[in-house]
Amino acid sequence: MRPPAPDVHVVPAGDTAFLVEFPARMDAAISACVIALWHDLRERRIPGVRDLVPAYATLAVYFDPLRTDVPALVALLERAAAAAGSAAEGSAAAPAVRPIHRIPVCYGGELGPDLEEIAAETGLSRDEVIRAHAGATYRVFMLGFMPGFAYMGEVDRRIAAPRRPTPRLKVPAGSVGIAGRQTGIYPMASPGGWRLVGRTPVRPFLPGRDPAFLFQAGDAVQFVPVALERFHELEALEREGGPRGGD
Amino acid sequence: MGAIEVLRPGLLTTVQDLGRWGWQAWGVSVSGPMDPPSHRRANLLVGNPDRAATLEITATGPELRFEDERVIAVTGASFVLDVDGQPVPASAGVRVNRGGRLRFGRRLSGTRAYLAVSGGIAVDPVFGSRSTHVPSRLGGFRGRALASGDRLPLGPDTGPPPSPGATPVDVPLTLPLKSGRARIRVLPSPHPTRFRADALDRLQSGPYRVGPQSDRMGYRLEGPRLHASVAGSQLSEPSPAGSIQVPPGGDPILLMADCQTVGGYPVVATVIAADRGLAGQLGPGDALTFTVCTRQEAVSALIALERTLMGPR
Repeated sequence: MRPPAPDVHVVPAGDTAFLVEFPARMDAAISACVIALWHDLRERRIPGVRDLVPAYATLAVYFDPLRTDVPALVALLERAAAAAGSAAEGSAAAPAVRPIHRIPVCYGGELGPDLEEIAAETGLSRDEVIRAHAGATYRVFMLGFMPGFAYMGEVDRRIAAPRRPTPRLKVPAGSVGIAGRQTGIYPMASPGGWRLVGRTPVRPFLPGRDPAFLFQAGDAVQFVPVALERFHELEALEREGGPRGGD
Repeated sequence: MGAIEVLRPGLLTTVQDLGRWGWQAWGVSVSGPMDPPSHRRANLLVGNPDRAATLEITATGPELRFEDERVIAVTGASFVLDVDGQPVPASAGVRVNRGGRLRFGRRLSGTRAYLAVSGGIAVDPVFGSRSTHVPSRLGGFRGRALASGDRLPLGPDTGPPPSPGATPVDVPLTLPLKSGRARIRVLPSPHPTRFRADALDRLQSGPYRVGPQSDRMGYRLEGPRLHASVAGSQLSEPSPAGSIQVPPGGDPILLMADCQTVGGYPVVATVIAADRGLAGQLGPGDALTFTVCTRQEAVSALIALERTLMGPR
């Protein structure tokens, strides 16, 4: 017998969505439950369900109330959530094996304007901050904020810098940032408050590319430090639509 | 195939269909019309399926030239309309000749009008939808609001429009009373403990006013402040349109069609599906009140709206 499924609740968010809620923590095991449930429900193609959205500890199920058997949906969600909780324990949850993304990053300088500040705040050297950021394998917990923006974690506690008090009006595309124990890459230029440690030539989202999105929830990501010269070479390749670099 | 030439774009005119569903897991917002019933009604009046793309027209309307003969309908916000100088009615199928010019004049009430054209606006779909999401520059006409000189492709006009009388001529479905406030029904959050005990009473004590910094992503509301029981933000979770989020300052934000897929602020209540169109007709300065309802009322209201929209069968 498997141990009982973790604490999970199905709650309504208005009249067009349910949230399946696992314990609210940034935690790989909880995320694995969310993602196992996401894949399971996607395959079922439930009539009336319009969208499925995984987050850290929540899966949102959007439905059309006029085309959905709501009590049946709730019962299904409760069963499937319990199953996902058991199945995900200690095992690889995603049905298909996804590659580990290796993302080249040029750290510091103009491309990572907050790196020195984080070093100063933490008492670490510049290189120690880079090693701490590039030394981990991160999990993509979810995407959000803008198309292709992956929330990854967990960042080494020593460099888990808080957001800037005032967001920058324009963060360039490819900027790699830290917000507490999260790290992420800005897919396109936008306002943003994350502390910027470097920049990658890789574009997590290009609408015309196949696949348009580099990351999905559940993926693993590593950052590989590259020198400025190499960054510019890879950026030129990326612009020509060549290899994505880093793999 | 025909096209529309934009002579004047209006304040914010975008292509919208029923939204970009299925891609929120990758951070892609749903977008779609702010007032979905009016969008659907406009399509039905010209013989389109309700998912066809229309133009959402905000506050100040455009002037458009039609390159071939089409049937059009304008619903939602009430504007003075003319085709080649002749007044034409809203909420009705109107034939426009080749070369005809449709002009939006003075706005009488509401904020957003929908222009449907027989055959639909045929910009290329992006991730299965023609809806424009301006913040991420996705969909619609080059991912942006229309500008003078744009030429919008139209789909094939598939045949005779519905005969007059087949579709009910109506009072607008979603307009707030001119003199009054919009009364918006909500369902309470499933997490009452995230707020102080009086939060729902305060929310209903309104009225709130739609603040100047309000757009298709969300309305900043000015009125009774609400207070979360725990400080700071929580772990981000999916945030459906219609959610009323409360940032630490206490001024609620009503999330609208272009909202982000996830959010970190606690949600006090969510606007019911049947009242989202009414909320979508509000603009800066407009007043609204919130009333908590039951799930049964929410479903009944949606069924009633659907019956009104589709007409007697």
